Amino acid sequence: MNNINWREVAAGMIVSAILIAVWQGAASLGWVNPQILPSPLAVVQKWIEYLLPTDAYSAAAGSRWTWAFSGELIHDTISSMYRVLAGFVVGAGLALPLGLSMGSNKRVYAWMNPLVQVVRPIPPIAYIPLSILWFGLGNPPAVFLIAIGAFFPVLMNTIAGVRHVDGIYLRAARNLGANQRTMFLRVMLPAAVPYILSGVRIGIGTAFIVVIVSEMIAVNNGLGFRILEAREYFWSDKIIAGMISIGLLGLAIDIGMNKLNNYLLRWHRGLEN
Amino acid sequence: MNTSQIKISGVNKVFNTSDRQVIALKEINLDIPKGQFVCLLGPSGCGKSTLLNAIAGFSLPSSGAIATDGGVVTGPGPDRGMVFQEYALFPWMTVEQNVAFGLQIKGMNVAEIRLRVEELLNKLGLTDFKTRFPKDLSGGMRQRVAIARVLALDSPIMLMDEPFGALDALTRRNLQDELLRIWADLKKTIVFVTHSIEEAIYLADRIVVMTYRPGTVKRDMTVDLPRLRDPSSPTFNVLKRELGQLVMEEQQRHHNDEMRMAAVD
Repeated sequence: MNNINWREVAAGMIVSAILIAVWQGAASLGWVNPQILPSPLAVVQKWIEYLLPTDAYSAAAGSRWTWAFSGELIHDTISSMYRVLAGFVVGAGLALPLGLSMGSNKRVYAWMNPLVQVVRPIPPIAYIPLSILWFGLGNPPAVFLIAIGAFFPVLMNTIAGVRHVDGIYLRAARNLGANQRTMFLRVMLPAAVPYILSGVRIGIGTAFIVVIVSEMIAVNNGLGFRILEAREYFWSDKIIAGMISIGLLGLAIDIGMNKLNNYLLRWHRGLEN
Repeated sequence: MNTSQIKISGVNKVFNTSDRQVIALKEINLDIPKGQFVCLLGPSGCGKSTLLNAIAGFSLPSSGAIATDGGVVTGPGPDRGMVFQEYALFPWMTVEQNVAFGLQIKGMNVAEIRLRVEELLNKLGLTDFKTRFPKDLSGGMRQRVAIARVLALDSPIMLMDEPFGALDALTRRNLQDELLRIWADLKKTIVFVTHSIEEAIYLADRIVVMTYRPGTVKRDMTVDLPRLRDPSSPTFNVLKRELGQLVMEEQQRHHNDEMRMAAVD
């Protein structure tokens, strides 16, 4: 894992480089209308413009540090991330206790499962009209939609995780004299963590999709809003710059989740190699 | 002196499957005195593990009773520590945490736990491994941790379900010697399930040979060879031949039964 295979990295770079070169060539030769497909250089230029502060530095407005982070891209990224996190915390925060009780208690499962099965297939995006009706515009409907997106993956995986706890651990713990509470907190919960984390990972992924969509309809900042706004002005370079930012942010989240996984599951056999 | 530690009286165990009834244990009566090392020996399906699970309280007898000095067995408890064949260590806990877990459940204070765990890890040669997770240990090391975890409970009784079955021959002998040392040192009453005749003779004060379905006591014999026993000695081999015959009779019945079942299917 720690040894980066540079040969492989280089091979991956070559394909990207060729693709970008062809794209740049097509743009420079005037084969495509720059309004439809701007050149890669124009996109990069726009991206840097989007990243950097719009106003010149003035001491009155704040420190150099705040100035350096006053660019539109930084603001949009922070807004989007804030929504993802808020929505995820709400969604996963409700899904986890419900999943734990549904997984460990047959009666709770019998009560809740039919409802869950009916509601689960509704895609979060189908909640858009209702979310606007209920919460108006701004962050609340966005957070609501993201919470729904994160809720079900975490719920389903938590239930599966608790149900798949190997009976041998329960027997060993009972033999050591564990009561219900200890059994739950120190045995069933940690044993279910691998499942729960894979649910968290899917949940974050869904939240990230939903945040972009919800920003296109309910709010006026964030990465999703920005690319939709750019379309209205025919700024195709900014649309692509925004999309690249979304891609990079998604990648960063995924790498972060991977690191968290590796740390929390450092005891897990599946990670041996 | 010869006070009874485990008293098994008239124990029967019946399992009901969807299409038939299996009598796993029939009229088992055993009186195990304090400090005795007993091996339950027999082929698979003879009910030796069922009997051990009944003593542990995981699966209670259909009729009859099992009593220890702590009273009649009604469920699992830390007075009867169990070492499982599959180790059953908690993989999310380090070696140290696994050994400490039983003590935390008991509500012992942190400083005392640290001291006790330290001492046990030392006793079993695990000190250098204390911050490792089970997945990073060999089978032999894992079983040492499982033994330490049970010793931490300080229970008078130790139940062992084919604990060394999955280990290679050398590691196995190594752990058998270690167990004998611990047993002599701590004067535990041990009930040890095995299907290895040699292992039973090497370890036990007393060997209980069980029959294949229904599980009954076929032979209850005392082994009074001095320890450490030499598996290549003539007396050891006389015993081995005798027990071999008994166990193979039951193995043959097990085999015939399997063939018959296959024919029915």
